[in-house]
Formats: sequence, structure tokens, C-alpha cells
Amino acid sequence: MNARFEPDNGRRRDRLLLIGFAVAVLAMPLWMRPFGAAYPDLLQRFAIFGIFAMGFNILFGLTGYLSFGHAAFLGVGSYTAVWAFKLLTVNVLPAIAFAMLVSGAFALAIGYVSLRRSGIYFSILTLAFAQMCYNLAYSVLTPVTNGETGLQITRTDPRLIDTWISGASNLIPATNLFGLEMKGYAGFYFCAVVLIAAFYVAMRISRSPFGTMLRAIKSNQNRLNYTGVHSRPYALAAFVISGVYAGLAGALLACTDPLAGAERMQWTASGEVVLMTILGGVGTLLGPVLGAVIIKYLENIFSAFNEQTLHGVFGFLPDGLENGVVTVAGLFVGEGWHLTLGALFMVLVIFLPGGVMEGARRVGGRIRRWRAAPRAGVRRLAPADSGATPGD
Amino acid sequence: MSLLQVQMVNKSFAGLRALSDVNLNVEEGSVHAIIGPNGAGKSTLLNCFVGRLTPDTGSVLFDGKSLVGLAPHQINQAGVARVFQTPEVFSDLTLEENVTIPTLARRDGAFALNAWRRLGSRAEVRERALHILDDVGLADERHRTAGTLSRGDKRRLELAMCLVQDPKLLLLDEPTAGMSRADTEKTIELLKRIGELGITKVIIEHDMQVVFSLANRISVMAQGTVIAEGDPAAIKADARVQEAYLGGTHP
Repeated sequence: MNARFEPDNGRRRDRLLLIGFAVAVLAMPLWMRPFGAAYPDLLQRFAIFGIFAMGFNILFGLTGYLSFGHAAFLGVGSYTAVWAFKLLTVNVLPAIAFAMLVSGAFALAIGYVSLRRSGIYFSILTLAFAQMCYNLAYSVLTPVTNGETGLQITRTDPRLIDTWISGASNLIPATNLFGLEMKGYAGFYFCAVVLIAAFYVAMRISRSPFGTMLRAIKSNQNRLNYTGVHSRPYALAAFVISGVYAGLAGALLACTDPLAGAERMQWTASGEVVLMTILGGVGTLLGPVLGAVIIKYLENIFSAFNEQTLHGVFGFLPDGLENGVVTVAGLFVGEGWHLTLGALFMVLVIFLPGGVMEGARRVGGRIRRWRAAPRAGVRRLAPADSGATPGD
Repeated sequence: MSLLQVQMVNKSFAGLRALSDVNLNVEEGSVHAIIGPNGAGKSTLLNCFVGRLTPDTGSVLFDGKSLVGLAPHQINQAGVARVFQTPEVFSDLTLEENVTIPTLARRDGAFALNAWRRLGSRAEVRERALHILDDVGLADERHRTAGTLSRGDKRRLELAMCLVQDPKLLLLDEPTAGMSRADTEKTIELLKRIGELGITKVIIEHDMQVVFSLANRISVMAQGTVIAEGDPAAIKADARVQEAYLGGTHP
């Protein structure tokens, strides 16, 4: 090979990224403490919705196809997992495997139809399918989904494998991994390990020839077709992969809390994953996970506020003013926290369309320039491509 | 033997006859220009070669196989590459990725689920892609995003994306349209160098300077049909052509 072309050194950088990510995730109980978020239930949600958003990004971030119905796969994953608990065993591994399979099959069917159209029509088709799933879960599929009550583990479930191994039991068993109950920190660490594995897979996909083709679909699908690539199966594969990720997230929700309800499939849940991805940074590896963490964190804080806490916060103001401020601020907290989310989202899309990741890049660039400036004395152009220097 | 054989092709749009009984033979190794006034049906004909349009009647044979009814990616896989009137590149990918994609398409076919291997570890793909970039003089810009290139450079990139596939037939739809004089010169020079590779080319062009400096075979179209065909000297001398197209103002 021509000596001017530098070798591919992305492998080392990726390994560092993976290690850094794993350390950051596993250490969350420590560094989340100052934020008041270091309790397992919330940390589990961070990990689970991180997986959901990361999978969504494989479709939306790489191919540019904006699905508004991904919560359907999350719901399908949850229902499948709970059914696996009821019929087979409360061990989480079979439940997760079945959930991924079934949601993948759903994604294949829905994606096959929806991908016949692109742009807004694709989005509307996926939204329609998801609403269909949601409404079916509440109506004709009640025997499968248990309607509004939600599907849960009961005393009378057959649990064939468990009964076969340890005999019939009258208790409602807890979901476990070979005896390790999926509650508290055990549940979190299990989700964290799955999140890290999911991150690794997403990274492999993103760096592969397949991932390059997905980015090419987003960039110029017409050109891609005239370049000899059949773009539709690529988009469909991306759709199925992201559906499997959603199913995995749904299964983990069921593992940590074995109750599946149809509200998980509502369009607001589909919209939320879009927000997470955009908030964190579309098309980046870390962004969607960050977005998921930020949204779940803010949801936790703002929805817990009520009028009393607001009066506490604004207590220093004169009475009349205090009541006014509390009334206005009250709209943005508790049940109304979506208003805060909406406002945050608008600000972000207008000022920082690339999300948190773009913000970090901008800040990083500014710091680098600020540190380089005094030493150089004069403004200088960035050095030419290092790969082109002689003797390289 | 003819590489591309077009026989009795007709195409109408809502009653308007865009192509009527078009016959055209493109010989292997030739540079075949299709010229004609606006609305003569040149682009419609080209779109019948690449799968964007399907002729109403007639046949298009490439290398002895029919192209009618095939999708664009199948036609490309058969060995036909094209450049667009406005250069079409992957604007938000780097130049290196831009040439890697057609290299992979040639190597792995229209679809391959290779989601596990690193792209960068495929040394032979990378080597091929980078050498083509070097050939068209864009190797030093390989980390740039394609969308930031000038129009002339985008055209060069697009040509590199076609050449990396080793096509049997290269279709060029007005390769110098909308370019500055300098970019046009550079593009002609590049096309001449490509000519040395012996790839058969079909060029649709308005610019007579481009046509007469590149083509060794010319078909003249007017009102949806081919009215004359011959080598450049014969076409210059043809009275019908002068009347229909050149209008006597030819330099």
C-alpha cells in the first residue's frame, strides 16, 4: 500500500471507548450519588432505556428512517417475557431470548410493509402499526395481554420448567438469574452488563461495511441504488435489529418488574425514544444512552415535585409573588413535567440540533483552541493532514 | 459486437411521445455521444438504460441480456455505471467512504449482511478505494466530507466512484453541465485519461467542444428519434444535423 495512507487505527480507539463506557456504567451507583440518582430502580431504568435508545439509533441515526412506533416492540418484548415467566420459568435468560425473537419477528413484518415508503409516510405507517398494537392489546387481545390490569405472574401459572426441576410451588416466585433475584442492585448490574454488551454490538455494527451502507442510505439513497446496492434489505435489517433492541429493553423491564401493560406501547412512549436519541445526539454511539439517562433523570426529578415542594423552594419570595410563581411553575412539574421536557427539547433543537454530543464537541474544540492560542502566539492554520507528512 | 443494443424503443408520457422507434448500437470500446436539441429525448433514453424508466415497447440489450424491467441496482451489478447531470455523491460521508461504498458493492453484491467485521480491516477494499482517489487527484482530501467539494471536484469523485467498479459501460449525463470553463477543461482531461482504460462510454452532451473532443461515434436525436449516426466528421458534414441542431452556428 502507498506509504502516504495511514493504517487503520480506529480499533484501539474503539477498545478504549468500550472500556471507558463499561467503567462509567458499572460505576454509576458511585458517581450518580451527588445527583441523588444512586438508587437501583432509577439506575435500572437508565440502563434499560439506554438500550432502547441505542437500538433506535441504529435505525434512525444511521439510515435516517424515523420510526414513530418503536414502543410497540418494547411492549411486545415485555409481554413475551412475562409469558415466558408464566409458562416456562422465572429464570430471566429464556424470557430475554424469546422476547428478542418475537419482537424481531414483529419488526420484520412491520418493517417489511412500512419500508415500502420513505420519509413522512414511513413515519406515519410505523405510528399506525404501533397504535394498532396498542389498541389490540386493550381489546381483542385481552386474553393474551390481560387488558388494563396488565399481565403479571400469578400463583397458578404452570411454569413448566420450574415445576419439573423443583416441584410445584404455591408462592409467587421472583424473577431471577439462576437464583440471583433481579431486584435492587443485582437487577441493575444485570441490566448494566446487558447494556455494555448491547453497546459493543452497536459499535461493531456501526464500524462494519453494513453500517457504512446504512449511513449511505441516510446520505443519498438514490445514489446508493445506482451504485449497485439494494438499499431496502439493508434498511429492513436495520429495522429488525432496532426492533430486537427494543424487545430486549422490554424484556429487561419485565425482568426487573414482572408486569407488562399496554401503556408501554402508547405513542408517547414511541415519541420519548425519539426525544432521547435527538437529545443525546443522532447517529452517535454514546448520545442515545446519554439522552435516555438525562430524560429519565429529569422525569424522576420533575414528576416528583408537587405544590408543597415548590412552596418550599420559593418560600423566600413575598406571599403574593410566591403564590403566582408557584402557580406558573406548578404547570411544569408533577403530571405536567412533559411541558418541561417539551421546552427543553425546543431549546435544544433550535440551539444545538446535534444534541449533547455536539455540545461536548463544541466545548472540547473551544478548550483546545484556547489552550493552543497563547503558546502559538499568532493565529495559525491547523497543520495539514498528519498522514501526508513525509517519513510517516 | 455491440455492447449495448437498443431496438425500436418507444416511450410515451400521458400521450406525449418522448421516444419513437429508437435504434442505437454502442460498440464495445467506443465513446458514443448522443446529442440533440432540448426535448429530443436524450435523457429519457438514458433513463431507459439505467432502470429509472421502462420502455413501453422495444428492447434494450446489454452484453446480450435484456435490461428492461431490471431495478437500478441490478443494472449496475450487470456492469453499467452512471454519473448524474448534477453530481450525486454521499454528501455527509468522507471521500474515502464515498469510494469505499461502490467498491464494496462490486465485491459483495447488492446485499450482504456483514455487520460484524471492521470495515477498516478490509485492506484490499481500502487500498483499491484510495488508489482510485489518488488517480483522480483527490487522495489528499480523503477525510473531507463530500458535500464541501466544488462542483468540479464532486464530478471527479463521482467518476472515481464509477471507475472503482470497473464498469463495462459508463453512462455520462451531461458531465460538464453547469461547470466553469476551467472545471470543464479538467473534466475533459480526466475523461480522456479514462478513455485510455478502454471503458465503453455513452455521453449525453450539449457542449459541442466536449462532444467533438471525446466522442468517436455520434448519434443525433431530434423529436424522440435518432436522425443521424456516424463518426464526428460525418456528423459535422451532415445537412440534416446542421438543420436540426447545429443551425449553422457551429464554430
